[in-house]
Amino acid sequence: MTDITLVEAVNLALMREMERDPEMVVLGQDIGINGGVFRATVGLLEKFGSERVLDTPLAENMIAGAAVGMAAQGLHPVAEIQFMGFIYPTIDQMVSHASRMRNRTRGRITCPMVLRAPYGGGIHAPEHHSESTEAMFAHIPGLRVVIPSSPTRAYGLLLAAIRNPDPVVFLEPKRIYRLMKQAVEDNGEEFPLDTCFVLRPGSDITLVSWGAMLHETQQAAEQLAGEGIDAEVIDLATIKPIDMQTILESVGRTGRCVIVQEAARTCSVSAEIAARLAEEGLMSLFAPIRRVTGYDTVMPMFRLEGHYMPDTARIVQAVKQTMEFA
Amino acid sequence: MKQAITFSVESHRFLGPDGQPEGDLPPLAEDKDALHALYRNMVLTRLYDERAIALQRTGQIGTFASSLGQEAIGAGVGHAMRPEDIIIPSFRENGALLFRRFRIRDLLLYWGGDERGMANPELGDDFPICVPISTHTTQAAGVAFAVKYRKQPRVVVCLLGDGGTSKGDFYEAINLAGIWHLPLVFVINNNQWAISVPRAIQTQSETLAQKAIAAGIPGLQIDGNDALAVRHYVAEAIETARNGGGPTLIEALSYRLCHHTTADDATRYRSDEELQAHWKLEPVARLKRFMIGRDMWSEAQESELIRQCKEEIEQEVRHYLDSEPPKPTSMFDSLYAELPDELRAQRQSLVGKESNND
Repeated sequence: MTDITLVEAVNLALMREMERDPEMVVLGQDIGINGGVFRATVGLLEKFGSERVLDTPLAENMIAGAAVGMAAQGLHPVAEIQFMGFIYPTIDQMVSHASRMRNRTRGRITCPMVLRAPYGGGIHAPEHHSESTEAMFAHIPGLRVVIPSSPTRAYGLLLAAIRNPDPVVFLEPKRIYRLMKQAVEDNGEEFPLDTCFVLRPGSDITLVSWGAMLHETQQAAEQLAGEGIDAEVIDLATIKPIDMQTILESVGRTGRCVIVQEAARTCSVSAEIAARLAEEGLMSLFAPIRRVTGYDTVMPMFRLEGHYMPDTARIVQAVKQTMEFA
Repeated sequence: MKQAITFSVESHRFLGPDGQPEGDLPPLAEDKDALHALYRNMVLTRLYDERAIALQRTGQIGTFASSLGQEAIGAGVGHAMRPEDIIIPSFRENGALLFRRFRIRDLLLYWGGDERGMANPELGDDFPICVPISTHTTQAAGVAFAVKYRKQPRVVVCLLGDGGTSKGDFYEAINLAGIWHLPLVFVINNNQWAISVPRAIQTQSETLAQKAIAAGIPGLQIDGNDALAVRHYVAEAIETARNGGGPTLIEALSYRLCHHTTADDATRYRSDEELQAHWKLEPVARLKRFMIGRDMWSEAQESELIRQCKEEIEQEVRHYLDSEPPKPTSMFDSLYAELPDELRAQRQSLVGKESNND
């Protein structure tokens, strides 16, 4: 067992599952000889050949549509979109077909596909390379949306996504692709989808986040611990469907909640969590729910992205404001 | 100056509008059973369309898309396919679907607003009707990849309209079909109209078939009102694909003698003169004239066929009208393989409202 990065864990899971499942293929732009622009698919072509590792023409809508067709035949395609900023042409396929195929044929035809894409800001990438628009997919009935935040969860959740009998959008926080290393056991064991992970138990306040923002959220929790505030940190991990039980149970104990996301605020996943807390957990709240989010602006180009993205200071400040309510 | 490339597009037909042969005929022209099967499908389709429109007008189904005037395309494609092949239809291929395992009751259920219409397990791998234009073309490439990947001797046939060829999806799909050398046949029903937009302002391209050239695959044009031509050339393309010869694009020229759907009024945008001129080219009478001219068909057979088809349609309509209403909770039950917890409560709230449902 060696220490590996998140992107290496993605690669390990792809490698592992391709070995196990002859019905699995991967497709996308530059995923073959180049191994993907982030090297997530490195080594797959050499190991599994061009029959199963498919460099496609540059057409994202087609990549998604072809994956729908492959999945309809019972293959397990894992399609890579190079950046989330280029994922929008796939939305027609994901909304109109991938998410609906099982329902509109009453189970006769299904769509066990995965659409992978790196997402989020913070790597000083060109325009259109830094968005966090996961809520667009979370709005689509019939899909699952999964976002890992560590190498171990990337490995276990990606295996689960590939093995899931329904379409999964798997968004990889590229800012932390190589931020940390963890010992990941390549045991082929999947993690449960639809379940939050409590990363840090705490009793004073619940912090909910996902993806790269968990890095800042955990830093904030450590800093707050030094100031006598004991924060519980929850990794949402699967943003659709949402495991509200874990969040409600936590907020039931702490009575306070701050939700941290990189995405713009309005109609976002944090809005959904806040609404459900208001519907089902209002009586256990001592303070208003606070959200630390990106602004409702266009994701700025990289000179300003540091101002856009929530940082530890903003999270700490929101927590302190929440703690002021007696 | 050197010519980088030149190209030409073949155009084929066997029967003129009057049903008279033009040049050599394929062996199919002597195959009475095949001709009768094609003709029966065309007549059944026309009568079904007529009945479905009546059902729509009386509020018994929703919006319906007729294939009036384009029956030879559905018939030729459906007849050319083997049972194990896979059809990826648009929404105006009624005859082709009837040649597959789609029953009239299924199609009426679908147009009657019920997902069960596309659910019949007998349909196998055939795709459901696709409404968003051309979005099924890239899927067809994925399906064709899968059968090739598994080394199955099956061919995928994807049907679309002339309007569909303007979409990026179509270009992306034929492009991929070429690169991956897929067992895939695209058949364009060029019925000259995309609702109110005529073919002339759909593209400046002289033919739709030549779009194949840019994708590096064979493209040809056929008279889509000549059932013999459709059956012959589609079968040829299918067998080429089955034998590893890769994809083909076929543009079948026809004309939409009906409105776009029952929700459309074509008199707003096209002249009666044009419509009447195209009635002279329609496919059902053409095949009938050919068969009568060769003593392969009689008016007595015609009357009997119409009687049989009407009887079959009425039986199917009764099945449709007698079908159990769908359970409201069924909107949840095939959404995921396993309903996520958060949806259980929503489903339960619907059960509470509709006490008769499980």
